[in-house]
Amino acid sequence: MQMLYFGWVRQRIGVPAETVAPPAGVIDVETLIDWLSGRSDAYAEALGNREALRVAVNQELCEFDSPVGAGDEVALFPPMTGG
Amino acid sequence: MIRVQQEDFDVGAELDRLSAEATGAGAVSCFVGLVRDFSGGGAVSAMTLEHYPGMTERQLADIEAEARSRWPLEAVLIVHRYGRLEPGERIVLCATASAHRRAAIDACSFLIDWLKTRAPFWKLEETPGGERWVDADPDDALAGERWAAPGAGPGDG
Repeated sequence: MQMLYFGWVRQRIGVPAETVAPPAGVIDVETLIDWLSGRSDAYAEALGNREALRVAVNQELCEFDSPVGAGDEVALFPPMTGG
Repeated sequence: MIRVQQEDFDVGAELDRLSAEATGAGAVSCFVGLVRDFSGGGAVSAMTLEHYPGMTERQLADIEAEARSRWPLEAVLIVHRYGRLEPGERIVLCATASAHRRAAIDACSFLIDWLKTRAPFWKLEETPGGERWVDADPDDALAGERWAAPGAGPGDG
């Protein structure tokens, strides 16, 4: 699974992108964030405030209950500030 | 048409091209967004725009398609810059051409309102106190929501 991070999520995690292989229990965005948060304090801090997190799966905005799988591109980022 | 680029754009040249393409248009409307030299009462010396290549183009194309489905538009142009920009520099251009002014003006207003909360950009300001991420503005979310239903506009709420 390809992870992408933007804005302060990227800054707090410390990398803009990485390939991850989550365990079988990771079935949707929610469980993916739970698993990532357990990897280190930096992840836990970056992903701690879920109200402030937005997610895109394969470049489409989606909700936390959206399913994710091995071949997906999943991006986590703060609310967008275009324009 | 949409473009995402680091380099500046020439507003006059862009509008000339748009007008030339829209031969049935009687009205062209445009919005240009600039980097301010202040934010929240403090000075801003520069702003770096980060974006999500790939998704940005998709979101902007969707926003253009939505505008075209709501108004009879002869031409649409969105140019959005990324990278490090200084106060006074142009960030974004939205332009619309239509047979009549109301569609052009409303569609242009819609484009920038939807861009604010739907285009995957994030802004890092340089201030005397250090770097600071720009938070999403709740007023921008409200401005976008006013267009939520097809045919809706700020005047209809």
